[in-house]
Amino acid sequence: MASEKNSKEGERKIVIPGEVIVKGNEYLPGEGTERRGEEIVSVKYGLAEEQNRLVKVIPLSGVYHPRRGNVVIGKVDNITPNGWIIDIDSPESAFLSLAEVPRYVNKDGLEEVMDIGDMIVAKIWSIGKRGIDLSIKSRGLGKIDEGIILRINSNKVPRVIGKDGSMIKLIKDETDCKITVGQNGLIWIKGDRVENELFAKRAILFVAKRSFVKGLTEEIKKWFEKEKK
Amino acid sequence: MTKNFKRPDGRKADELRPMSAKVGVVPNADGSAMFSFGDTVAIAAVYGPKIMHPQHKQNPEKGTLRCSYNMISFSVTDRIRPGPSRRSTEISKITEWALDPVVMLDKFPNMVVDVHINILQADASTRCAGINAASLALAHAGISMKNLVSSISIGKLDNQLVTDLTKEEEDWEEGEGATDIPISLTQDGKITHIQLDGKIKKEQLKEAIKLAEKATKEIYEIQKQALKESLKEDNE
Repeated sequence: MASEKNSKEGERKIVIPGEVIVKGNEYLPGEGTERRGEEIVSVKYGLAEEQNRLVKVIPLSGVYHPRRGNVVIGKVDNITPNGWIIDIDSPESAFLSLAEVPRYVNKDGLEEVMDIGDMIVAKIWSIGKRGIDLSIKSRGLGKIDEGIILRINSNKVPRVIGKDGSMIKLIKDETDCKITVGQNGLIWIKGDRVENELFAKRAILFVAKRSFVKGLTEEIKKWFEKEKK
Repeated sequence: MTKNFKRPDGRKADELRPMSAKVGVVPNADGSAMFSFGDTVAIAAVYGPKIMHPQHKQNPEKGTLRCSYNMISFSVTDRIRPGPSRRSTEISKITEWALDPVVMLDKFPNMVVDVHINILQADASTRCAGINAASLALAHAGISMKNLVSSISIGKLDNQLVTDLTKEEEDWEEGEGATDIPISLTQDGKITHIQLDGKIKKEQLKEAIKLAEKATKEIYEIQKQALKESLKEDNE
């Protein structure tokens, strides 16, 4: 688990909506919680965590909520005269402007750059009243040409990445694949051989399934040892 | 009140049928749950929040909760015609109203949360089973809620109050006949929904609410357990 540092403070317990997490005025209500008189009450189903008197609930299920700066993987849904509509598996679809493409694009030939059904890696540039704007002006972003894409629950993404990327680095090293994890739960795996890609997929699904076990990095190491025989 | 009153299935007056609940029964949905009272089985699936379409129904101040209740044609002994009916439209609306006070809709303006409730098997109090399942499914979908809602039907058979009616009891004909009172409560004792179909005295209605409070405590425990168990199973 990501924060095993101080087992007492960082201890997590499963809470349901309406359940009292802690009592006392010294605590502060964080995400997924609410103050009702003296009590801090959960308003979400998830794992309650307390750090420096800040109490928050980490949700375990539900749809992806886009945030500015998130790297996401999306699918081209539609083409407009000045950009592309991208489905990023969130309540709202996102927009990628034509100006994001570094070279000259003919206004009639947008589909030559990206056609409907193509997958892209993009960053959420802004979230405004008019919708979500994406950017591909950075390294590692842009259209996906080959590899496999798999989908996990977006709430499990932090586990797949691990603390400071430790988990995903381990999987990358063990399987010899390039892996891009979108915050929206879509994962792009690209390897030299299909076998490696499928191996990486199995590893990621293993992590996603056991995402709330303590000492998961150790467990995945064992899993790799067993599988590699 | 008659002291030695006997229920057809031998239960005590305030005894519920065996209940069971499970979360995550529809893998494709954002959240789902099953809830059953004896032979009454309901499943609920939640999709969303997602952008409301058509656009003119969007509310920029708060989100919308949209429920649909449906009885599957094989859920009762006489096959019921599939599709919406007067009764199912009414219960859909009732369910919306029962859940609306707890769901924090102000968190997602212009959006809608869809709750689909299906009754797989019916043996009275289907709307209560539906509300219980929907409340679980909403929590499972990670939607912010003030509390869980637990629902129970209290019945009046002739002059005796009983908890959790079955179909057989609903068709009671002796004396004053049967009156069915479905009640939904949150754990802090607030009533989100109450219906009354028949006649009852004021004092007796108060008593019925007391019974409901007692019964919903049991239901809440089942619901709580279902949510907590589902996570433990995941980790095995």
